[in-house]
Amino acid sequence: MTFRIGPRTSQIIAYTILLLMTVIVVVVLFFIIFYILRNGVGQLTLEFLTDKTREMGKEGGILPSILGTIFITVFAILIATPLGVGSAVYLVEYTRGGMIRRIISFGADCLAGVPSIIFGLFGFIFFVITMNLGWSIVSGGLTLAVMIIPTIIRTAEEAIKSVPHSYREISYSLGGGKLDTIIRVVLPTALPGILTGIILGIGRAVGETAAVIFTAGSSLGLPTSVFSSTRTLAVHFYILAREGISMPKAYGTAAVLIIIILAINFIAYRLMHRFIARYY
Amino acid sequence: MAKISIKKLCLYYNGHQALRSINLDVTDKEIMAVIGPANSGKSSLLRALNRMYEIDYARISGEILLDGMDIFDIPINDLRRRIGIVFATPVVLPGSIRKNLSYGPKLHRRIGKAEVDELVYNALKSANLWDEVKDRLDDSASRLSGGQQQRLCIARTLAMHPEVILMDEPCSGLDPVSTAKIEATMLELKKDYTFVLVTNNTKQAARVSDRTAFFLLGELIEVGKTQKIFTRPVDTRTDDYIRGRFG
Repeated sequence: MTFRIGPRTSQIIAYTILLLMTVIVVVVLFFIIFYILRNGVGQLTLEFLTDKTREMGKEGGILPSILGTIFITVFAILIATPLGVGSAVYLVEYTRGGMIRRIISFGADCLAGVPSIIFGLFGFIFFVITMNLGWSIVSGGLTLAVMIIPTIIRTAEEAIKSVPHSYREISYSLGGGKLDTIIRVVLPTALPGILTGIILGIGRAVGETAAVIFTAGSSLGLPTSVFSSTRTLAVHFYILAREGISMPKAYGTAAVLIIIILAINFIAYRLMHRFIARYY
Repeated sequence: MAKISIKKLCLYYNGHQALRSINLDVTDKEIMAVIGPANSGKSSLLRALNRMYEIDYARISGEILLDGMDIFDIPINDLRRRIGIVFATPVVLPGSIRKNLSYGPKLHRRIGKAEVDELVYNALKSANLWDEVKDRLDDSASRLSGGQQQRLCIARTLAMHPEVILMDEPCSGLDPVSTAKIEATMLELKKDYTFVLVTNNTKQAARVSDRTAFFLLGELIEVGKTQKIFTRPVDTRTDDYIRGRFG
């Protein structure tokens, strides 16, 4: 007599394996967060968050890096969002799925897979040197914008494509033009998906080191204008750890970085749920 | 004078001819039923009348006059305001009931809050939906039942103050009670609007329409008083279809 697994048993096995996979993913994630917070949380005093950095980071706080991170990320998102969403609208609504759309989509996919240090090098040569913007928030922001535009294009493209054709038809049938339809029906309906792309972009920008170290520099002074050189949290962390300046301060910085990223995701999801609850 | 006058209308979807030289007049404030089996060109006819065929990349030849004026001489947003359409599947836009109703009018002009309230009331009242939804105008429209959604779609069209309302199988997915409500609504609205009703349900055509046009494979076979079409049709194909021998 051969041994056979009944349908009930195979269900249990499949369930167990899938549960186990999920548990592994969640445990790894929480372990990383826990480990960094445990090592860094001791550093998190008001002084650490609001003080200038002294002695290359061995003493003082990380205010310049917090400001640098915020400025560069905001700058990058402000540039990448309109460009990315605009391109996505053009691709979906104004090209009839022909060659142009396939070439641009393919290009965006390739660009999304390019290692960030390549973007850093490009930003250094093009923005810092050729355009003479120097190591600055502008150069760093522009470089990050170029880096995250493909992500925003692709997610916005998918979100806009998934807006039912019938919505557009209703809008046209009520006398709406193409632009009315895009602004009043398509974009609001696609907004949760578009926001997801923007959040992914923010995540990439906040955590980026290679692309900004070449373009925004690693100056520790408080930024005074968009042309100031600055240092982001990720770069600060990298330098503190790599040059062995201060491991406690490095973990403190990492903890702040992680808390910022968690907070951004949390707020964004809350906003999205509120939006969805209101409109659907 | 005819409200809509169709002359030698042909319509092509990439190579396929969906309408073959149609000549048809729709009289003001009547319900004209358009019946016929699948692929007879009924929906294509509707989509030609308010130029919705253009978004399907179809082509037409021939002439369509609205109040004696060529529809291609009327700005397209104006044309679609004057000739509204209700589709087979009720599609409500994301957002509240109020927002669904004010969407169309707001495309054409700026309107204040008081005017929106009035317009919402009138449209819902005319579509026999007001009593059911008056307490939840700001709730999401997608929470309404299928029959209510379809009446909301009718109300949304009415909010535009159209002259002609095209109905593309408006009851195809609805239960008998909802269907009866929509038919009653049409009969009430007939005094103010002209209807072109495409339907797969010949009984519905018999119940509500003044005249009936029978289409087959893109051709207009016969048009006349509904009672005559259903009792003494001239063409044997009309007779066969109505008696359910095909289609």
